[in-house]
Amino acid sequence: MIERIPGAFHPFVLPFVFGMLFVLTYCLVGMIRVFFELPREDRKRFLISLVTPKTIWKNIKDIFLNCLIHVKLWKRNKVLGYMHSSIAFGWFMLILLGHIEVMLFLPHRVRFFYYPIFFNFFVAEADATIQGKVLMFLMDISLLFVLSGILLAIYKRFRSRFFGMRRTTRPSFLDRIAMYALWAIFPLRLLAETFTAHISGGSFLTEPAGLLFHRFISNDIHVLPTWWAYSIALCIFMVLLPFTRYMHIPAEMLLIPMRNAGIKIRHPRKGFAKLEYYTCPNCGVCIDACPMSVRKENLKDCTVYLNRQLRRGNERRIAQISDKCLLCGKCSAVCQVGVQGPELRLAQRELRPYALTPDYSAIDTASMQAAVSAKPAKVLYFAGCMTALTPGIRRATETLLKAAGIDYQLMDPEGGLCCGRPLMMAGRKEAAQALIRKNVEIIRASGCDTLLLSCPICYRVFLESYPLEGIRVVHHSVFLEELMREGRLPVEYTSGSYVFHDPCELGRGCGIYEEPRAALRRIGFLHEAEKHHAESICCGGSLGSLSLGFEKRKDITMNALHNLTANDPETIVTACPLCRSTFARYADRPVEDLSEVLVNHLKSR
Amino acid sequence: MDFGFSLAPSSAVNLDTVDLSRYNRLVRLEPDARICMACGSCSATCTAGPFSGMSVRKVLLGLQRGQDAQVNRMLSACMLCGKCTMVCPRGINTRNLILNLCRIAADGSVSKGEGRL
Repeated sequence: MIERIPGAFHPFVLPFVFGMLFVLTYCLVGMIRVFFELPREDRKRFLISLVTPKTIWKNIKDIFLNCLIHVKLWKRNKVLGYMHSSIAFGWFMLILLGHIEVMLFLPHRVRFFYYPIFFNFFVAEADATIQGKVLMFLMDISLLFVLSGILLAIYKRFRSRFFGMRRTTRPSFLDRIAMYALWAIFPLRLLAETFTAHISGGSFLTEPAGLLFHRFISNDIHVLPTWWAYSIALCIFMVLLPFTRYMHIPAEMLLIPMRNAGIKIRHPRKGFAKLEYYTCPNCGVCIDACPMSVRKENLKDCTVYLNRQLRRGNERRIAQISDKCLLCGKCSAVCQVGVQGPELRLAQRELRPYALTPDYSAIDTASMQAAVSAKPAKVLYFAGCMTALTPGIRRATETLLKAAGIDYQLMDPEGGLCCGRPLMMAGRKEAAQALIRKNVEIIRASGCDTLLLSCPICYRVFLESYPLEGIRVVHHSVFLEELMREGRLPVEYTSGSYVFHDPCELGRGCGIYEEPRAALRRIGFLHEAEKHHAESICCGGSLGSLSLGFEKRKDITMNALHNLTANDPETIVTACPLCRSTFARYADRPVEDLSEVLVNHLKSR
Repeated sequence: MDFGFSLAPSSAVNLDTVDLSRYNRLVRLEPDARICMACGSCSATCTAGPFSGMSVRKVLLGLQRGQDAQVNRMLSACMLCGKCTMVCPRGINTRNLILNLCRIAADGSVSKGEGRL
């Protein structure tokens, strides 16, 4: 190992040094800004999590597995997983090995941070020792690994279908420039190391390539131009990085520890929300996932474009995109970096100014409180306002409760108040709180210990936003399944076949997938839809969307129905009154609520 | 002198003097407001109705008659549950119509500004 260039400097390192200093400063300032935009208690919580051994370990593990290896992406799509981990992990290995080489052979040069990057230029006979040979070999393997990923990336630009993606995001102008720079970096590095291989030494990739080139061109005159080009490509990429989708690389490294600290979106544009939309890598997985994407004109209304517009500050489009979304949460379920599309949109909706604010002070709950406290029961059944349109659900549930001998009473026999979730979805949190307070008064007056709900929309808000300590909040699908498991609700198994549609609020919203399926398996054969569990498709009736019109929802419903009937079940079963009435409008076969099918299979004692 | 009762105020509406700027603004934001045929399905399903007399049908009618106080009272009682949208035979997005109407101030301007960052 000989140091070839005295002084360890050559002007071609300057572009790289500039780019590196720029990106480091930008990211550091950005990180500090995001940190100070957090509310005080969140800042404290984040700092505490940074010194808690358990979260430290979790942070390191998550960053390694998600940022470098891309485990989540591997699980979803092997080719895409390979592509990303080869570039990320391969590049990381190149940097790491470069530093090991410098530390091993020229420890006094470690303080020049560009030295490991351009190591092969500055040294001669690096492969003279066995350690040098091994390191050179590892370097070449890493470079080959990265190059294979780059090849896939280039191919993906032309044929995304090969990677299982029907649609990808349209890159913006700067995205394209940065992408071309990224593609150029590694071939240029290969060329640079190849032309220098006869001086610095190389391994299985660079040495033969150097010999090959030597046959027809002079390597020496190409050494400097290629090293310059390599340095300039790095500079372009790093200078553009903060303004392009590649910002996700540094942003994710902050997002993961913050998420592990339990920080949530508190402000629509500051702190954690800002970090989330900078972490979006614009991969476009959410485009195919979005139920609205069946309509071509709604293609640009999914989360990836929301993130882009949020970064650009395009208020008109931000309002449009956030109002249109169904809030089904599927984009979050498939997101590789964990951007919370619905939460981001809800925060934007809360910004909307109104000339008129809701006022429910005229509503007197005294009579309702008196009604429920007149004959106290253990179980209070809140059928929810949606069941007013599907009274069969309420009737069926009541029949089942009676058959199981449950001591229950209705909370809203004459029609009750709204649960508040629709108001929350419209971004009117304070109004929702007013309804929540009134409902809590009624529930407390009833003296119940279980609150039974038929509607997942209600269920979610009762679970998340109601102060109901000591009262069990349960959805009827879970409650009925429990009764059957305990043998209190005898049902018959018949030849019927069913498919279960996971309502967004029940499945992705509250994580209930298995109980309704278990209940259905007791009465007939259960098919699965093509996309199910966390990837089920919204029925299109969601209250989440404010501006999506009736006619436009039809395509979404038809697509969801098509997905459900893939295995040709006799009956479509769901556990949400809203999904039920939406599907029933267009379905070619019966659509029923879980309670309704169970009632039909009730054994008469 | 107090007789214990009084004459009901006149409910006559002079359509010539009605200020339609709010209604016209609504029609621009939500053109479907004009296809309402006043069937009353929205009123029948309204969750807030029993407590406050809220009815989208009456809101649209009141707007065109200049009964602003009544319209505002009904609008502020709405719970946005969205059942009116589900039952509307004309497919009007009534929930969004109400939200838009809440954004329009009495003079027909759409409120914005205070919520901007």
